[in-house]
Parts: sequence; C-alpha cells; structure tokens
Amino acid sequence: MSVAGLIRMGDSTLVLGQRVSEWCGHAPALEEDIALANTALDLIGQTQLWLGLAGEREGQGQDADALAYRRDPWDFRNLLLVEQPNRDFGVTMMRQFLFDTWHLEVLRTLAQHPDAEISAIAQKSAKEVTYHRERSTDMVIALGDGTEESQQRMQSALVRLYPYVGEMFTIDPDDLIDMATLRPGFDAHLTATLDKATLTRPASEFAHQGGKTGARHSEHLGHILATMQSLPRSYPDAKW
Amino acid sequence: MYAQMIKSEATKEDPVKLAAFQARIDAGEKIEPKDWMPEGYRKTLIRQIGQHAHSEIVGQLPEGNWITRAPSLERKAILLAKVQDEAGHGLYLYCAAETLGVSRDELTEMLLDGQMKYSSIFSYPTLTWADMGAVGWLVDGAAILNQVPLQRTSYGPYARAMVRICKEESFHQRQGFDIMMKMVNGTAAQKHMAQDALNRLWYPSLMMFGPSDAESVHSEQSMRWKIKINSNDELRQKFVDQTVPQAEYLGLTIPDENLAWNDDKGGYDFSQPDWSEFFDVLKGNGPASVERIEARQTAWDDGAWVREARMAHAAKKQATTLAAE
Ligand SMILES: [Fe+2]
Ligand SMILES: [Fe+2]
Ligand SMILES: [Fe+2]
Repeated sequence: MSVAGLIRMGDSTLVLGQRVSEWCGHAPALEEDIALANTALDLIGQTQLWLGLAGEREGQGQDADALAYRRDPWDFRNLLLVEQPNRDFGVTMMRQFLFDTWHLEVLRTLAQHPDAEISAIAQKSAKEVTYHRERSTDMVIALGDGTEESQQRMQSALVRLYPYVGEMFTIDPDDLIDMATLRPGFDAHLTATLDKATLTRPASEFAHQGGKTGARHSEHLGHILATMQSLPRSYPDAKW
Repeated sequence: MYAQMIKSEATKEDPVKLAAFQARIDAGEKIEPKDWMPEGYRKTLIRQIGQHAHSEIVGQLPEGNWITRAPSLERKAILLAKVQDEAGHGLYLYCAAETLGVSRDELTEMLLDGQMKYSSIFSYPTLTWADMGAVGWLVDGAAILNQVPLQRTSYGPYARAMVRICKEESFHQRQGFDIMMKMVNGTAAQKHMAQDALNRLWYPSLMMFGPSDAESVHSEQSMRWKIKINSNDELRQKFVDQTVPQAEYLGLTIPDENLAWNDDKGGYDFSQPDWSEFFDVLKGNGPASVERIEARQTAWDDGAWVREARMAHAAKKQATTLAAE
C-alpha cells in the first residue's frame, strides 16, 4: 500500500538530484558549484533510502538501482516540477526553493508517521532539507533583491515554474500523506520569502498535472532517463 | 604535473635580503604571507599555484561528463563527491594564491584569455565509464606523487593546502582503482572499455610530469626555493614503477612494447610520450581543449549576473545594518 507513495518520494528526489548534478563544473562560482553538488548528493542519498524501501516492500526483488535504472518513463511518479530543465541559475534556484519548501513540510509531517521505517527516513532527510531550504531561500532573496537584471530573471523564473506548484498539493490516495494540509505552511514560507525578495506571486493558480500520477509527464523526462539509464540498459548483464 | 613547465622568475633584489631568505628556506622554515619574499619567488608561486588551481577546476569537466550517466546510484554519489572535492581543491588553492596578492577573479580571467594554463591531461576526452576508473587510478595517482612532496614546500599556505588535498586524492585513487577492478572482472564489453581507457590515458598520464628537467632552466631555481621538490623524470619513473604492477594485477596491458624491468636501475625502462603532442596540447590544441575553455568561459559569462546580484544584495544588507546602528 505504501509502495506507490515511497516511489513518489524517491522519484522526485532522484530526478531533481539528476537535474542538479548537471551543474557540476558549470556553476556561477566555486562556492555555488560545491553547494549544488552537496544538494544533489543529499537527494541521491535520499533516493537510495526511499526506493530501497519501496523495492523491499514491493517484494519483487527490485532494489533501488533496479527501480531507478530499469523502469520506463510511464512508471515514474516524480513531480513535474523536478523534471523541468535547469535553464539559468535563477530558474534552478527557484525550482529548488519551491521544491525545498514543499519537501520540508512533507518530511516534517512524515517524521511523525506511524510507520517507523518511513519516519526514520523522513527524520534523516529533514535535517538535510532544512539546510537546503535555508540556502535556496537565501539565494532567492539575494537574487530577487539584487540588481535590476537579477530581479527580472527571478520574477520570470517564478512565472515559469509556478504552474508546477499546484501538483504538489493535490489530494491523492497514493501519497503517503494528505498533501493538501501542507499548503498553508508552504504558502506562509513562500509569501514571506517573495516579500523579502521583492518578487510578485503570479495571479493565476493554474496547475499542470500528471507527474506524480504518471499520467502525463513532460517531454523532458524521457531525455533525463535516456541519459541516466544508458549504461545499465545497454549492458544489462554488467555489474558496476 | 598539475603545474607543468612553470617558468621561474629571475630576481634582482638586495643580495643580503636574498641570502637571508635562502637561509630560512634551507633551514626548513615556512615562508608566510606577511614575510619578505623575492619578487621572483612570489611571481613563480602565483603561476604555479594558479595553474594548479585551474587544473582542479578544469579537471572537474572530464569527470563531470559522466555524472549524469553513472551506472548506479552509489557510483553517481561517489563520482559527484569526487568532482565536488576537486572544486574544493580549487578553492583552497585560489585562497593560497590570494595570500600572494592576486585575486581569484584575476586568475580566472588569465585562464580564460590563455595567459595561464591548466594541466595537459584535462584536455583529453573521457569516452567510456572506464575512464572514470582510469582517471582516478592514473591521474589522481600521478597527482599524489607530485603533491605529497609539496606538503613540504616552503610557502606555508601552499603546503597547508596540499596537506588537505593529499588526503582526498588518495581516496580518489582508490575509488578509481575499484572501478577498474569491477570493469576487468566484468563482461567482455567492460574489459574492453578498461583496456581502451588505459590505452588512451597512459601516455597523457606520463605527460603530466612535464618534459625532462634537463631541458628546463627554471627547475633549478624553483628547487632551491623548495617550490619544486623532485625532478620531473624522477616522479615519472616512480609513477611507472608503481603503476606497472597495478596494471598486471588488473590483467591489463600497458601500451608500451619497450616496457621492461631494468635490474641495474631498479626500475622499469619505458617509452617517452610523444612530446610534440604535449606541446600541441599546451598551445590549446588538445582534443578537448577548446571545449574545456569554452565551458569555463560560459560558466563565467552566464554566472556574471549572479555574482553581481549577490554583491549588490550584500551591499544593500550592509547599508541597512549600518543605518540601524
Ligand atoms: Fe587533482
Ligand atoms: Fe584534486
Ligand atoms: Fe582528485
């Protein structure tokens, strides 16, 4: 019963970890390069835990690697937000900020989950994500309230990504918890941050759907997986 | 090595001061940023530490090339952490260079406009996953040989940076060797990739130590200043002697027909790399040289608005704090 919910958690951390790792060696400054690699590392580590538990509970002999590297795009259950391309550093940090803000609310709630294995993963992850959210929040504020150019870039990043926020909070029986209850906490942090960042929340609450249900991913996911899965798929008998 | 062909600067200072300076070095004292030092010493060090720092940063690229394709979650994490370490090495080294009066931005601009170089090895492409093994095994392995003695270099901040770096480089080498082990014990395709990686990276790894010192007039001064500890040939020999048994253990063939144990010298005889290729690479004609600098240039240009914004924000914050006081 919890397998689908665990896969959702693991797929989102996996796809975002993969995206963030694309920055390695290309960030605007060495400090950012190191910090982004750190975030990606945490997300990959969390993926191992979520997908590892999912595979165990599914009981079909699939470990975290099998789930990450051998499934097809239509089996992925990550949020649409995390498969969006990095584009510029502003879009990357805005995507990170929106995800972290949601993620921390989710993990804090899951940390109280009656299922001990789930709450253990959530508690460990929450420590890491507390730091991620602090960092992405500071960055959104600094870049929003920076120069005229940076303010414009951050505003357009927000406009570009806001339509992927709604999906995080839809009520769905496959989620480990009722995501809708987390919206007020998310909104409070969002409003406070945008205010300091001198950014304006988009008026439209339109939300794309189909990532976490797997019904309709974006075109980007196929490319992410084609890259990520290329070796295990090309050499199915190899051990690495 | 990471610092190849470093030209040492002649120095025309007060002979008394120079003699006192040399005496401190001979006595094994560390020179610290606030101490008097000859202009030539300072300039040579900036060039050497700067080139070393650039090598760490450009060196992120060939391995970064495989992060998104790492074949398991654990391998991805290990590779990411390794490439992140290299960024950290770059950071320590830029900080060490800054103590000599040159900023990280100035050094970066000199890399981008070609005034400063990075190690020739990073101008070679990484074509298969086995290259992640071979780079760790050979390139980090060669780096360690050069960097361990540099922990005793005369310039304090450089020596201390080296101590931190060396610890991590040994991890990298072991991780690289571990990848190679998996490859040679794997499928036929994996074995093929492993041998192919060694074939392509062997001679470029030998080039890392730089041409024979016999041809270099600068080495002597640098050695007297203890910013160069061993000769290039000495380190290259050590590298070959240590690597041949490892290749044998892996069941791989080093692509050199002249490789043979020489009892008299207690080391291997081996073929020199094609030095004309090395000089081409240094001139920017390595197989991936253009891509490497292009990637750094793009990161620099695309990151400008971020760096400006962060400074602008910091200035605003400071102004508000001051106003509140
Ligand atoms: Fe290195
Ligand atoms: Fe390094
Ligand atoms: Fe290294």
